[in-house]
Amino acid sequence: MGPIVETDFTPWASLAGGALIGLSAVMVMALFGKIAGIAGITNGALGAVLPMGVAPRDRGWRLAFILGLIAAPLLYQLFGGTVVQTVSGNLPGMALAGLLVGVGTGLGSGCTSGHGVCGLARLSPRSLAAVLTFMAAGFLTVFVIRHVLGGI
Amino acid sequence: MRNLLGFLSGLIFGLGLIVSGMANPAKVLNFLDLAGHWDPSLGFVMGGAVVVTFLGYRLAWQQGAPILAPDFDVPTSSRIDRPLILGAALFGLGWGIGGFCPGPAWTALPLLSPGILTFLPMMLLGLWLGAGGRNLPLLISKGVRK
Repeated sequence: MGPIVETDFTPWASLAGGALIGLSAVMVMALFGKIAGIAGITNGALGAVLPMGVAPRDRGWRLAFILGLIAAPLLYQLFGGTVVQTVSGNLPGMALAGLLVGVGTGLGSGCTSGHGVCGLARLSPRSLAAVLTFMAAGFLTVFVIRHVLGGI
Repeated sequence: MRNLLGFLSGLIFGLGLIVSGMANPAKVLNFLDLAGHWDPSLGFVMGGAVVVTFLGYRLAWQQGAPILAPDFDVPTSSRIDRPLILGAALFGLGWGIGGFCPGPAWTALPLLSPGILTFLPMMLLGLWLGAGGRNLPLLISKGVRK
């Protein structure tokens, strides 16, 4: 959805960034004994403001983790980096996308980090099934939007 | 100390998303666009992250217990059930529309694009609904019924 912007293939930067994501996942396991799934961490932090069925008790580090995510681009820019991003301006589309991502990761107990990174690293069959499913759904969705519906 | 280390973990995760290019939805959507100008970068991000996590987890588990918690809390279920697959499919649909998954959605927030300011509140609402819907009778399979 939105403008199609060509992006360069960045194998080294992507490997290095991936390694940093892995380092963070290992820290969360070594320190707190938890899976570093952003949907799960967000859900845990959300328990502080919304009534949740099974909200975990220790919300402090989860809220702090999310603040760390939010601080990352600001610090990166402060030290002279440029954060490149193209976000679609189709607001009804983005609202629908947000709702689907939220409902889907809530229902499926995980996202790209929880199932994708941590789950595959644990060799979890549930996570492998989830990753194959959301990848297939993602490929299909982009194909339909860009090549059948002509970009919307 | 817990909160400081939680913040640091999140910061490193966020920097990883930025360095890897995954903070940019355009790069994610181009990975999902096999029939267009395909950008395989996301595969390298996953590869790097999974290898480091695979090795690091095993080192961490060898310590017997986490540093700041009594036990490791790792999911034990291996049941591939309806909520898992339906949830993953809905997530993939939303991911393919907007190019955001939950991590990059948080890192995009302070850049204040109208798109993320719309996406994120809806994601939080959805997460609340989705997590609550995990136990709906409709989604729990009760053996084979014909």
